[in-house]
Amino acid sequence: MKDFINAYSWINIHYLLQGLWITVAVSVVSIIGSYVLGSILGIIRYVNIKIVSPVVGLIIDIIRNLPLLLIIFFTYFGLPNLGFRPSSVWATIIALTVFESTMIAEIVRSGIAAVDPGQMEGARANGLTYGQAMYHIILPQAMKKMIPALVSQFISLIKDTSLATIIVLPDLMHNAQIVYGQNSTYILPMFLMIAIMYFIVCYALSVLSRSLERRMS
Amino acid sequence: MIAIFHNYGGLLLQGFGQTLLCSIIALLFSLIIGSMFAIFEVTPVKSLRVIARVYIEVFRNIPLLVITMFFYVVIPMFVTKISGFAAGTVGLTIYTSAFIAETVRSGIQSVDPGQMEGARANGLSWWQAMRHIVLPQAFRYVIPPLGNQFINLVKNSSVLAFVAGFDLMYQGNVIASDSLNTMTTYVVIGILYLIITLPLSYWMRYLEKKLA
Amino acid sequence: MKKVFRLVSIIVSSLALLLVLTACGSKSLANQNVMTRAKQTNTITWGVKADTKLFGLMDVKNGQIKGFEVDMAKALTKQILGPKGKADFVQVTSSTRMPLLRNGNIDAIMATTTITPQREKQVDFSRSYFDAGQSLLVKKGSPIKSVKDLNKNGATVIGVVGSNSVQNIAKFAPKAKVLQLSDYAQAVTALKSGQGEALTTDNGILGGMAVENPGYVLTGGAFTKEPYGIAINKHQPQFKRNLNSALTRVEQSGEYNRILKKWFGNVPGMNVKEMER
Repeated sequence: MKDFINAYSWINIHYLLQGLWITVAVSVVSIIGSYVLGSILGIIRYVNIKIVSPVVGLIIDIIRNLPLLLIIFFTYFGLPNLGFRPSSVWATIIALTVFESTMIAEIVRSGIAAVDPGQMEGARANGLTYGQAMYHIILPQAMKKMIPALVSQFISLIKDTSLATIIVLPDLMHNAQIVYGQNSTYILPMFLMIAIMYFIVCYALSVLSRSLERRMS
Repeated sequence: MIAIFHNYGGLLLQGFGQTLLCSIIALLFSLIIGSMFAIFEVTPVKSLRVIARVYIEVFRNIPLLVITMFFYVVIPMFVTKISGFAAGTVGLTIYTSAFIAETVRSGIQSVDPGQMEGARANGLSWWQAMRHIVLPQAFRYVIPPLGNQFINLVKNSSVLAFVAGFDLMYQGNVIASDSLNTMTTYVVIGILYLIITLPLSYWMRYLEKKLA
Repeated sequence: MKKVFRLVSIIVSSLALLLVLTACGSKSLANQNVMTRAKQTNTITWGVKADTKLFGLMDVKNGQIKGFEVDMAKALTKQILGPKGKADFVQVTSSTRMPLLRNGNIDAIMATTTITPQREKQVDFSRSYFDAGQSLLVKKGSPIKSVKDLNKNGATVIGVVGSNSVQNIAKFAPKAKVLQLSDYAQAVTALKSGQGEALTTDNGILGGMAVENPGYVLTGGAFTKEPYGIAINKHQPQFKRNLNSALTRVEQSGEYNRILKKWFGNVPGMNVKEMER
């Protein structure tokens, strides 16, 4: 019990909260980035443009079938070869955005594909252009179907930020390791605390999505 | 790149084998545990439903790395010594089983509830009806999503690198720092992962189309 | 709209192509002259450890890295760029330091890096700034008294990916199994949770661990010589010259001894007088 009281000193908790902030900030930026990029990629893949779509499709398939850890290494060690020097924070954001957008592209593509093709034909027959039909008729319905899959992907993204400790991203996981690395009696208390913190963030997101689903249906 | 294969072939092979082994073991056990919790979730017994719900929500919302590190670091302090490979495999199993439980449950729920009622009316017990009527149909629906879970499992097995589990990613780090040829090493490691995941991924897409 | 999609995707893919092409054409950061860039930005980016007490350790209170190497890096930066020169720190681990340097994320590594012939093929080193030796950390009362005791089947030694101490162990105790963790924080935690009988690395680092963890002691003395050097990329002769002369000036001014004393003055088993320069 004494270990817990010592472990949860304000200094340690404050340090964990700094890590939590990095985790959340990196996640939010990556979620927005991968949502935008993923939607574009998903639509490109669905619309089936000559040469472009198959090439994009192949790139998506390669990236999404690699471990995220590898993508993180490629970004962190590889970007300087393109002439700029990412901090571990930006390397993580870029890696997460690239990796998760390929996952989201798949969700978007199959979401659109799941909408009855008759709807597109009907809309076109009523004089809407392809783009109008896509934007007003197909996408809103596809979105509704996609929400659960999208949200669980976003939750994965939050959890996956922890992998970036390997390139020393000062996130929640890393900061906990620094704390218990300096005093082994803190190991169990730190694990409990970060498990709770991750759980709260991820669970809050899933509760939010459920209420969103209810409102949309 | 050929030099990497040539100089470190043994390590790469070992890593490839460990990654496959750990993924297969974790898949087997997470299938069993996941299906068990999925059945718990649809039983008429409330306490089982609550247990299943808590298990699934907890392990779906905590990073795999935290679970794995917990087994590697905390368990030996209180219970028993556990190798990195075992800790990683246990962590993967628990984490994946929560996802598989969700998949199997939605499979069970997509089977027409009339079937269960019909079977019960014909004198089968709840468990008999579940086992012989509902589950076989449910599993047909969930094969593609389960395949995708297996792909995730293979990719996620890279957390073994954090606990010295001698998997592909671990060997990649060792080779990268030994040869100092980082990018090439990781390209080689990437190719080896793709050998497992890419064909599976295309196969699952084909199955999905066929079943749809 | 379909046309718009087509246009957008053509733009996106040609941009991607352009990026790749410029990447191939442009000079990667690792090949630029470090001194020129350092003078322009008035900054040198150092890779330092954040999990190694005495050399480079994260201070949980204010998020700053503190240690012998951090102080040395600051002193050297001031010698090279003048009193206003800025030292930037990037946290590295033994497994990430070399890729980070070779790919140009950092200008120099000051992270308990031993000068070895194998590494000298890939990177350049400054003169040695610290002389360490490899040793073992074990639980108090452990039967392991020297590295020879580990040379048996079933013995497990913990090390860190990318450190040359794991290669040395293969020489001194070839029968032992080696677990390579990703950094020292993980390695100590693994030792304490009983994943191995001994943790091996350099005595300076182990000394810091022994201070933090009262139940653990150094054993067997130093069985190798590990001179630490500042690693920089090849083909940077100007930077290397500047580093070496800065090191000489830091040593001559007595600043070296002051920093040494500040960090190692109170470590049991360390004789600062012998290490002074």
